[in-house]
Amino acid sequence: MTPALRRRLLLLAPFGIVAAGGAAFYGMLQGLQTGEFNPRGVPSVLIGRPAPAFDLPEVPGAEVPLFRHADIAPPGRPVIVNFWASWCVPCVVEHPQLMALSREGVPVFGIAYKDRPEDSRGFLRRHGNPFARLARDEPGRAAIDWGVYGVPETYLLDAQGIIRWRFAGAVTPEILAREIRPLLRRYAS
Amino acid sequence: MIAEAGHFALALALALSLALSTLPLLGAARGDAALMEAARPLSHGVLLTIAAAFGFLAWAYVVNDTTVMNVVQNSHSLKPLLYKITGVWGNHEGSMVLWVLILAICAASVAAFGGNLPSVFRARVLAVLGWVLVGFLAFILLTSNPFERVWPPPPDGQGLNPLLQDIALAIHPPLLYVGYVGTAITYAFAVAALIEGRVDSAWGRWVRPWAVASWAFLTLGIAIGSWWAYYELGWGGFWFWDPVENASLLPWLAGTALLHSAIVVEKREALKIWSVLLALLAFGLSLLGTFLVRSGVLNSVHAFANDPERGVFILGLLLAYVGGGFLLFALRAPAMAPTGLFAPVSREGALVLNNLLMCSLAVVVFLGTLWPMFADFLFGVSISVGPPFFNMASFPLVVPLFLAMAVGPLMPWKRAALWPAVQRLWAAAVLGLLGFLAALAIGGWNPLPLLGFAAAAYLIGAAITDIADRAGVGRTTLANAWNRARGLPRAAWGAAIAHAGVGVCLAGISGMGFATERIAALSPGQSVAIGAYEWRLEGVRDAAGPNWTSRRATLTVLHNGQPYAVMEPERRFFPIGRQTTTEASIRTNILRDLYAVMGEEEGGRAVIRVHYKPLAPLIWIGAIIMAAGGFLSLSDRRLRVAGGARRREAQAGVPA
Repeated sequence: MTPALRRRLLLLAPFGIVAAGGAAFYGMLQGLQTGEFNPRGVPSVLIGRPAPAFDLPEVPGAEVPLFRHADIAPPGRPVIVNFWASWCVPCVVEHPQLMALSREGVPVFGIAYKDRPEDSRGFLRRHGNPFARLARDEPGRAAIDWGVYGVPETYLLDAQGIIRWRFAGAVTPEILAREIRPLLRRYAS
Repeated sequence: MIAEAGHFALALALALSLALSTLPLLGAARGDAALMEAARPLSHGVLLTIAAAFGFLAWAYVVNDTTVMNVVQNSHSLKPLLYKITGVWGNHEGSMVLWVLILAICAASVAAFGGNLPSVFRARVLAVLGWVLVGFLAFILLTSNPFERVWPPPPDGQGLNPLLQDIALAIHPPLLYVGYVGTAITYAFAVAALIEGRVDSAWGRWVRPWAVASWAFLTLGIAIGSWWAYYELGWGGFWFWDPVENASLLPWLAGTALLHSAIVVEKREALKIWSVLLALLAFGLSLLGTFLVRSGVLNSVHAFANDPERGVFILGLLLAYVGGGFLLFALRAPAMAPTGLFAPVSREGALVLNNLLMCSLAVVVFLGTLWPMFADFLFGVSISVGPPFFNMASFPLVVPLFLAMAVGPLMPWKRAALWPAVQRLWAAAVLGLLGFLAALAIGGWNPLPLLGFAAAAYLIGAAITDIADRAGVGRTTLANAWNRARGLPRAAWGAAIAHAGVGVCLAGISGMGFATERIAALSPGQSVAIGAYEWRLEGVRDAAGPNWTSRRATLTVLHNGQPYAVMEPERRFFPIGRQTTTEASIRTNILRDLYAVMGEEEGGRAVIRVHYKPLAPLIWIGAIIMAAGGFLSLSDRRLRVAGGARRREAQAGVPA
């Protein structure tokens, strides 16, 4: 390759990157319309299956019982599993909704994702603790098994421990009213 | 009628923009002066029509015209007048109208004040701005018409999003848009230069004021966004690496690189291809931000109403402008030969290093923001990228950046020796050490913030050294040095002030590392303390505003046992949107923030969270100082287009 040609190719590179990126974005937008690509409610292969097994340590000093796999295999009643982190803004946004569920007696189990224990503790101390049980996934291994897209992410499991619903993003009051509550009622019996 | 008039004004603006995007180019190609001159009245006409459209839309908001869909969705008769007006750009459609309005203002000012640009070049720049206007006006008219009617009109609007009724959030978008639109101007200069196939030092001089202005506005816009997050989200953080925040940071990084590399183009005619690439890139990243925020491919709390159809349109615009720009670049750039040569260790070398580090930072932010999306789309793999990644990846880049920032301005052009420049920084180094020790004595051992304080003091010291060195302090009498310092070009002062602003901002960020907080459930009369400060709860009472009710706590702050201030944090409830917001109460004396938030109430006790945040205000003061440095530099006589043109004529007179 002559230096002149190499120079030409190098100067063509930005265009190539934009073209490739544009094609991918176009694919995403098409996917958004057909429902194949959804950054919020990523359709999970786990829907309809039991939750993956995990064995995680507790959040030291949080004074919340450890969340073990045995707690949801099966849970005996519908439960919410929430992946969160103290560094995540949407987690602050959805926090009141989790508190509301917890006050109503719905078991909300938490997994602190890639978060230092002292930060997790601080978050719960500041905002209140909605979690009946809590585990710590600092390396993010269990999150990979669950297919977590990013925090916050929320799962609804039925009484048999089958994953029925998954939501990536902050649980807003609307999501709580329109999706979670009807599902809880449906799987309550 | 008003809505139809506004709609018509937008359509008229589109027609004028179409003319603006073609006639001057035709004129430039044929050498037809009359066609080229048409660019000026056309751009004034576009401004007039878009300003009229914006005015009509604002009027519909002010009179709460509920036959207009946009007003119904985003306004309410009970809103205070100020927020009715700012509500115009608090939504997707209105914000696009503001966007094109600012673009039209910039285009008209290029037309009005660019009298000393070569007429062919000016015609091409305005035509390129015409293309951008055409694209965005078509986008508004075809997918986001703000003047859509609704019949029968509902009794009142629904839009009272309490989070948007906030002064910082009201001025944040216009500032950011000025910054984004500024990148459109540098883009137009770059494309016009590529069409001509010629980039010279004059190009660097023309581009730089726009790059500096765009950068300064982006700096202010980002700072205000961060300030909003600090006091409104109620947990005391100031930067969350949220994708939408990152989307505004990306053009800022590219713009920072551009305004530095344009100096090299102007002074040394080097880095020409690179600067053109940066100008294209900065606009591309601005558009990317627009695309990400408005298309729905992103999962963020800040995102606008999402609509894939709009996404396709913006993506088309992005590909046309940026892809087209880069294609032109690939065709024309190989013919542009670098002329000014320089040694690696020189002012140019330092600016190249700045560019490399800025671009590496941009790559880190870009990948961290977009990679999860692409990985999910291409491979179906879900990965999550959070602040731990950004902090870890950007740290090794900002350390050399701070070191080089201090040394660069002290080095001569072309060829320099590193050691003399470093030697001149001894005072700054001593200041850095003092900063470290002072922070250690006051705050205790905490390595990262301590290093931050050292770097902050070092940067401020280096900025002072830069000015002192130019003024000849130590080589002449103090009075003489003072006079020389006053006579220094404003661009030199601007650069030093902006660099010192980075130091001030860094000091604020480091101060956050020493912040402490307490949370307690208090009954009236009880108190909670941090250090010498004690917050005593006097009581909690009901309060009401125009469209909210609230529970407001009254806290008496005692400093060493003496009453010092009263803080009233509250929780506001907005019945129409059924939303609750936290209004933090902040008392500042510039050197520290006292920050109080009220939580839930239970059994006569209220949960009160208090923070003591040393130096926190410096984060935003630093950003304001940075922007002030930019504006000062803008007022430099040398940067004014007229001044530049005079020099250009002088240069042209010299036989080659």
